[in-house]
Amino acid sequence: MQRRKFIRNTAVTAVGVPGLVNGFSLSAHAEDSMIGRLLQSGTANDHILVLVQLSGGNDGLNTVIPLDQYSNYYNARTNIAIAENRVLPLTGTNATGLHPSFSGFRDLYNNGDLCIIQSVGYPSPVFSHFRATDIWNTASDSNQYLNDGWLGRYLNAEYNGFPAAFPTAEMPDPLAIQFGSSAALALLGPTSPMAYSISDPNAFINNANGGQDAVASTTPMGDKLKHVRDVSRQSEIYSTVIRTAYNMAGNNNLATYPNNTFASQFKIIAKLINGGLKTKVYVVTLKGFDTHVGQAVGSDTSTGVHATQLSIVSEAVKAFYNDIKLMNKDQRVMGMVFSEFGRRIKSNAGTGTDHGYAAPVFLFGSPVTGGIIGTNPLLPSVAGVDDNIDMQYDFRQVYYSIMKRWLCQDSTSLQQIIQPGFTDLNICNNADCAPLGRPTAVNENNFVNTAPNPSSGISSLSFYTAGGHTLLQLVSKEGRPLQTLLETTYDRPQTINKQINISSFPTGMYYIRYQNGRNVQMKPILKVQ
Amino acid sequence: MERKEFITSLFKPSAAKPAKANFNNQVAMPEDIDPIGGSLSLYSGQWTENEVIHLLKRTMYGARVEDVTYFKTMSCSSAVDELVNTVNPNPGEPIKVNSTSQTVAATDPDWGVPVGRTWVNTGSTAGIVNRERRAGIKSWWLNNMINQPRSVEEKMILFWSNYVTIEFEIVGGAIMCYKYMKLLRQHATGNFKTLIKTVTIDPGMLVYLNGYENTKTAPDENYGRELQELFTIGKGPVNLFTEDDVKAAARVLTGHSVNLTDGINGFINSRHDTNPKVFSSFYNNTVINRPENQGVLETDDLIEMLFTKEEVSKNICRRLYRYFVYHIISDDVETNIIAPLAATLSSNNYEIKPVLLQLLKSEHFFNAMQYGDIIKSPVDYTVGLIRECGIKLPPESNPQLLYKHLNYLAVTFMGSVEQTIGDPNNVSGFIPYYQAPFFDKLWITTDTFIKRQGFIDTMINGGGYSNGGFNTFIDPVAVAFRMSNPADPNQLVEDFNTYFLRRELSQPLRDTIKTEILLTGVTDDSYWASAWNNYMNAPANMENYSVVNTRLKALMLYFLSKLEEYHLM
Repeated sequence: MQRRKFIRNTAVTAVGVPGLVNGFSLSAHAEDSMIGRLLQSGTANDHILVLVQLSGGNDGLNTVIPLDQYSNYYNARTNIAIAENRVLPLTGTNATGLHPSFSGFRDLYNNGDLCIIQSVGYPSPVFSHFRATDIWNTASDSNQYLNDGWLGRYLNAEYNGFPAAFPTAEMPDPLAIQFGSSAALALLGPTSPMAYSISDPNAFINNANGGQDAVASTTPMGDKLKHVRDVSRQSEIYSTVIRTAYNMAGNNNLATYPNNTFASQFKIIAKLINGGLKTKVYVVTLKGFDTHVGQAVGSDTSTGVHATQLSIVSEAVKAFYNDIKLMNKDQRVMGMVFSEFGRRIKSNAGTGTDHGYAAPVFLFGSPVTGGIIGTNPLLPSVAGVDDNIDMQYDFRQVYYSIMKRWLCQDSTSLQQIIQPGFTDLNICNNADCAPLGRPTAVNENNFVNTAPNPSSGISSLSFYTAGGHTLLQLVSKEGRPLQTLLETTYDRPQTINKQINISSFPTGMYYIRYQNGRNVQMKPILKVQ
Repeated sequence: MERKEFITSLFKPSAAKPAKANFNNQVAMPEDIDPIGGSLSLYSGQWTENEVIHLLKRTMYGARVEDVTYFKTMSCSSAVDELVNTVNPNPGEPIKVNSTSQTVAATDPDWGVPVGRTWVNTGSTAGIVNRERRAGIKSWWLNNMINQPRSVEEKMILFWSNYVTIEFEIVGGAIMCYKYMKLLRQHATGNFKTLIKTVTIDPGMLVYLNGYENTKTAPDENYGRELQELFTIGKGPVNLFTEDDVKAAARVLTGHSVNLTDGINGFINSRHDTNPKVFSSFYNNTVINRPENQGVLETDDLIEMLFTKEEVSKNICRRLYRYFVYHIISDDVETNIIAPLAATLSSNNYEIKPVLLQLLKSEHFFNAMQYGDIIKSPVDYTVGLIRECGIKLPPESNPQLLYKHLNYLAVTFMGSVEQTIGDPNNVSGFIPYYQAPFFDKLWITTDTFIKRQGFIDTMINGGGYSNGGFNTFIDPVAVAFRMSNPADPNQLVEDFNTYFLRRELSQPLRDTIKTEILLTGVTDDSYWASAWNNYMNAPANMENYSVVNTRLKALMLYFLSKLEEYHLM
């Protein structure tokens, strides 16, 4: 749902009435946060994104192996190349295979639940871990410096007013959950971190707060104090909802996971999703991909540090997928696996690889369009130390596709999250975005009208219902519901006329709040003598 | 600026490349935070408890009552001189805590090291031995922080470990980790250029950033890159060293080697690239090319070349500023604080002391708006707590037990709140020290906040940490005893406010705290006075003790756990 748009539309509606009547400003409260929240229909789409970051720069060429150029591949990296007969084949292609430790991903692929996007990068790539990580997290250009993350901007667009105005009835849960305590740059919003950090959902303690002085957040100290207080408040609110979801009766993991920290984080995510959290984004990170040395063991190149790390990722993701499928939640979840860069084509003498350019990105889950997007990277017959894998797809094209086709962002939001100029890839069917989570044509339609307005008491109200549950409330200018004017379920679309009586209320400004399915509208009404 | 407008502006072509210089990691001063004035001129304002506490919380770990009293009697300038010029003459050495594991080979030299004695001159290749030793270094390091003299030295050692970073767990060999720590201590307030030259060939660093595997046939760019990007020039739009500069630096640095067992570095001429190393116009097209067999000297040539760039001084001064003063470097601070500090550094041949003295004696540092505007790192939080509350640890005469308790604090607790000394997040250090625009705010997440509170609760209410028959805990009565007049509940609350928080609580809140906690709801101050006096007259009386202890516990909990102000320094 596009909250900002909603609020803006209301303001426009309000301006349609004379701006000032008897000294009352009719639009003054349209953007008030309480009012803004009443404009939420509570049926935003239920899609979830799980972000898996492989820190250090994953060697894409040993992860997704170009079997159609095997000899060039082998010659470029004889000391770490995976033996041809050990490469895992994929159903439907002879050209591409996977690292032997990536069998979980092979299974997902063969079931149509994995989308491999080849050679993802960006123009003018950089080799610095930190800068490259920042670029991926902020979705910036190579020479552009942004302070907030792409997911932070998304969450800020979707849930305007976080954290001060949250939680709400519609979004009672953390917007995003990340594992570990260090806030991920991808989840930093323009003014505040958007993520809730957890390590163990059972570790929360009850921590009610005592009195405190009001402190201006305009001073350097006040600004820091406000942050600590905000976190303090959130830790009380969200620890309860997380624990409740996690510990809900009958909420158990249904698949078997490997016994390691990374996999246990996926176990928790599955239980939180199954427990009903509305959290949109989960972020997990696995370190250990900076394989300058000892990436593979010379005597058996299918073993070594890289094999171990890939196996950890593959087994955990596969178990997670199995789990949420058994929980019947798999249609709600898409995952993305990425790293800040790939590595060089040619290996170094220390059975490792140095920092490189592009690398594959993986999308997993039942909703994804399975298969391979793009072609194998072209490898030179004699690779030099500076030879790199050029990008086929900009990583922001992948982000854009996720935002548009999975998280259902409209063009206005997309421009704020990802800079203009990108098109979407067929990563998933976006049919879900149409019927779900989007008010239909609020701009054009005027669902509810009253006359006369201003009114001394009796007004006639006309409204359109598309059928189904329809609610009309009288709401104070602060956003507090005062009276239910009508609540009925209609069996078909129709226009209804009804008389209302507000003579018992003091003079002043009120709103009529209309809700029918996903459509919500607020109409100001002025009570006069 | 409206948020939307702000986001849109980020994507405008004009915003992509700012017309004026964009400083490293610099965030525009948010319009809604008041700028902090004051120049580097010598501070000449009042010198009260308040100023002394500010200075001590920033340059040491916590401000202990006795240290505040000590420094209050001298001038501000003399106080800073003493803090900057004092070093710990005897930091000792980490010791062997447990007897060698039976799984370790009988030939391993660790068998020859007695428990309770140092191992720093005895190499070992056993993984389990090195793991224990690395843990021991952290305990030893923490112990030095806790027992620091009145000096900025320990704060600077942590600073450097976060600037020219290694990760103990990655380096592996404990002797190398120890040598690295020794190096940081040796140069803590010494010469910056010498530190960079020394750390470049430090065995731990050579292992951590693969310098020892950097050879002419298989160059490894790792150190050549971080040396420029992090340790000297810094990253950012004005620092236009090129990828070819990284490669050239890597080639200059070829040939260094390390004996991993003993942690001794060397140089192998046959591995050194003897071809000319040509740098870009950013470095004035410098060519580094020594004759055969003099390759080892090229490392210093490289560092001398890097230090010709003004950015080297600015980069380190920005890091020092953020560490000691405040995270926002406005245009004004860049011009009036960073630039002159950088000039001080380069005109003093990169000696660090003149920079510290200038910064810590400045009007800007003592501007009252600075008070409380840093969120404590876990080290500041934990070591400050131990020192300010006078928490007693096992005696030095039982080093094994002492190390167990230190290990709980240094690794178990501080690690759980995201700062394991010796093992920062990555080569850039701990994230909150460098991640714009939030910086130290990142120390406090819902996860770490709850753990910090839980730790305080355990230390005050939960019986503390118990191991080997010894309890490490906060004794609230002992804390109150060190205050100016514990019998007066108003004074006690005020003293707690002064020493534990950097913001003066409102009078109504102080009254509420006094009444609800110390007076348990009654209104007559004399009830507390007689309770305290009863305890002082007969401290062994269980009831007397219990009455004051219960209330002081609640008072400590309130100040350290409930009031968010405690996380500021």
